[in-house]
Amino acid sequence: MLGEMLRGLGTTFKHIFKKPVTISYPDVKRPVFERFRGRHELKRHPNGLERCIGCSLCSAACPADAIYVVPAENNNEVRFSPGERYAEVYEINMIRCIFCGFCEEACPVDAIVLEHNYEISSYSREAMIYTKEMLLVPPPPGAQDVPQRGFAPPPQFMPSPSSHPNRVEGPPPGGRITTYVAADEETTDYVRANLMDADRDNKIDDEDYR
Amino acid sequence: MGVIENVSRWILGREAPEEELEREHLERLQPKDQLMPTWEEGEEGGKMVLSMGPQHPSTHGVLRLELEMEGERVLKITPDVGYLHTGIEKTFETLRYDQGTALTPRIDYLSPMNNTWCFIMAVEKLLEITPPPRAEYVRVILGELTRINSHLVWLATHALDIGAMSVFLYCFREREMILDIYEMVSGARMMDSYYRAGGLAWDIPPGFIEAVQAILDILPARIDEYESLLTRNPIWMERTQNVGAISAEKALALSATGPALRATGVPWDLRKTMPYSVYEAFDFEIPVGSRGDVYDRYLVRMEEMRQSLRIIEQGIRVIPRGPFRIDNHKIAPPPKEEIYLSMEALIHHFKLWTEGFRVPPGEAYAAIESPRGELGFYVVSDGSAKPCRVHVRGPSFINLQLIGPMSEGGLVADLVAVIASLDPVLGEVDR
Ligand code: SF4
Ligand code: SF4
Repeated sequence: MLGEMLRGLGTTFKHIFKKPVTISYPDVKRPVFERFRGRHELKRHPNGLERCIGCSLCSAACPADAIYVVPAENNNEVRFSPGERYAEVYEINMIRCIFCGFCEEACPVDAIVLEHNYEISSYSREAMIYTKEMLLVPPPPGAQDVPQRGFAPPPQFMPSPSSHPNRVEGPPPGGRITTYVAADEETTDYVRANLMDADRDNKIDDEDYR
Repeated sequence: MGVIENVSRWILGREAPEEELEREHLERLQPKDQLMPTWEEGEEGGKMVLSMGPQHPSTHGVLRLELEMEGERVLKITPDVGYLHTGIEKTFETLRYDQGTALTPRIDYLSPMNNTWCFIMAVEKLLEITPPPRAEYVRVILGELTRINSHLVWLATHALDIGAMSVFLYCFREREMILDIYEMVSGARMMDSYYRAGGLAWDIPPGFIEAVQAILDILPARIDEYESLLTRNPIWMERTQNVGAISAEKALALSATGPALRATGVPWDLRKTMPYSVYEAFDFEIPVGSRGDVYDRYLVRMEEMRQSLRIIEQGIRVIPRGPFRIDNHKIAPPPKEEIYLSMEALIHHFKLWTEGFRVPPGEAYAAIESPRGELGFYVVSDGSAKPCRVHVRGPSFINLQLIGPMSEGGLVADLVAVIASLDPVLGEVDR
């Protein structure tokens, strides 16, 4: 019996000489993997315009009903995003969010991305409703912030002379995609029709959400 | 509450209305006769009714047991479940099939990937699709890692309940390596949502095989280490041998599955008896016990971890190349790159994320061998994009019935060992 106990103690004793596996958290932060799903960010194009086109697809995909989008129309005087529409209101309720990443998967223009920040605690519930200002990343150096006035399409968004009239060449935005095709009429109609559905669905939940 | 009200209460002895309400509320919530030990005079001494839990470290969650005791002996046990009721089964009916994978990991949160696997298997049965072989192999590898993950938590808490503190810390250290793999493949340490109808959400990342290999290199020695601390430890043997024993007939009659049944000597493991996925291609054994006591359940699970390592070792050597998800864009969204180039892909993308995919009407039951036993998902479809009904056969819930036959007549201290050896996850019990 004594032998068995000494054997057990020996196992424990060996660990005194091993390197600790714990991390002194606030001082040392645990690195995360590439796919880690943390706090959301709304991305921008290299010229400072928002990527988000206010399509509400993220909101439709969200299983927790955490996203609230109100789209508005761009015009050539005041422009937020390169397309026709942009998100006037974009809010994520971080208390409802379950960090499933479906919004990122659903976003057709890679605007909403779950980044690596995992320190999102707060003292009040109101502070956990993240507004567009909190989510939007700062414009890249040298680029103008939104809204951009007197907008002239910057070179990288000009239609290319290639056979496809909608194709736009340029550096891969956000490092994820290589080519960007603006939607043609058929899609726009389809998307509009569906968006109305998505918006209607949103309305039902607005009261719970607030 | 203002100062004036406080002062007037001291002077006038009046209770503020909120406090009255609060007290009433508390009284309604906790009937005194249930929470306080009560005595019933009998011929010899008397009986005591004691409430164990819901907040008790050894009940592994919020499980309440009403014990009828005579001294230290437990005469009767009435489990009272429902404290962690989340309504997940009902919530499934409000979410589309693709969104349902966000819920499944939360049912049995100690083996998250297994629940999603089982749900997706039922949906795939209804859709009559089979995932590509690459996805099947990755699912088996992750499924076995999940079994080890869950067994490590079981061992940690089981040992802690009986008083072995170091095992707890060691097990959580190794579990961390498995959680790292979860994070690597899915982006979350527990709530993965990694399996999708028709395959996986993404392909396995580079470095996956190496990370799994690292576990295979380290874990066998670590399992030996746990065994050196426990298996022949006289205190451990004293506390677990011939404690909470149950016969095979009784266990079968109560529809027990998993290690609780196998410890009684019944070699029933769905991976062998009703093979699903690609388990038939693997070479592994099913450990069974003989006495059905706590010690046997401990030995069975320890051996299961080793067998799981064997499966993983075979798996990572033969992960087939090829797609990780079926190419049917009516069910699986097209790759992101494609939607910038192809109109059809964009339409599929929009349709899938706004309406989901429709599942032909019918019903399907899929079962897998989860670390706790037979986990089953029964899905009824009415032809729409949302399930009509989802029922979960939670092995924790059904195995919880064994608690009475196992520990009635025993000591209350042994009850702690019995609960831990059944390894219930209350999220799965209450759903
Ligand atoms: S991560 Fe999931 S829950 Fe959170 S906002 Fe995105 S879709 Fe909704
Ligand atoms: S899916 Fe993307 S583009 Fe559409 S509203 Fe959401 S973030 Fe904006």
